[in-house]
Amino acid sequence: MIENDVLIQEYSIKGWDFSRAGEASCEIKDSLKQIGIPQDVLRRIAIATYEAEMNVVMYAKSATLRCEISPELIIITFDDKGPGIENIELALKPGYSTATPEIREMGFGAGMGLPNIKQNADSFNISSVVGKGTKLEMRFNLTH
Amino acid sequence: MTLLEVQKTLQAELLTLNVDLSRDVSSACASDLMSDVLAFHSPNTLILTGLTNQQTIRTVEIADAVGVVFVRGKRPENEIIEFALKKQIPLMTTNYCMYDASGLLYAKGLSGVTEQVRNFHKRND
Repeated sequence: MIENDVLIQEYSIKGWDFSRAGEASCEIKDSLKQIGIPQDVLRRIAIATYEAEMNVVMYAKSATLRCEISPELIIITFDDKGPGIENIELALKPGYSTATPEIREMGFGAGMGLPNIKQNADSFNISSVVGKGTKLEMRFNLTH
Repeated sequence: MTLLEVQKTLQAELLTLNVDLSRDVSSACASDLMSDVLAFHSPNTLILTGLTNQQTIRTVEIADAVGVVFVRGKRPENEIIEFALKKQIPLMTTNYCMYDASGLLYAKGLSGVTEQVRNFHKRND
């Protein structure tokens, strides 16, 4: 879909569907690679998107992932229906985690998800309502 | 160091036949936590892990890692190997434990990702 020169891709992510976890992030990475996004930016986008997708799979019921591509900027948003985050400041601390043993067995839940997103995105915004869900917006500049 | 030299050093069995082992390995990251690999990777990093699920393959794809060595003789299910083959991602398995496998590669000059760890914490301060 193209709106005002912005290419928009949308994906639905299901919670606890580990067999497909990461599929949307890999598809986004492939399509951005095809349009010639530089490799270092591409890797940062892929890592931040994958961490956010894993967060949805591990904690939420479902989410909409939206990728907006314009010549100067890529905006990726996750809007999930889920438990929400009680203390965002704490969740941003490396090592802090509320993961269950099942999640840790998958190789995640090390408390590095949000810190990783923060390090890879040029800017990001997170808002959450406990019991309803979390909205995460990540921005990546294409012109430096 | 190339992937072929890694295979020889660790007496590893190649699980994905016909993938290119002439590729260069820039560094190695040994962890069972894929979030740590994602935080501290650099391009063409080799992943040493005991985690044999699909998330390991996804992590290679996302972080542009060069391949995976499963330690402690671990072996993923066939469908995971096929998934990696489709994406031309080299997978090997070695009977060395994580500590010994890392030590053997380090002794041959392959360094870890300590610099990336330091940078991560510096940026996070």
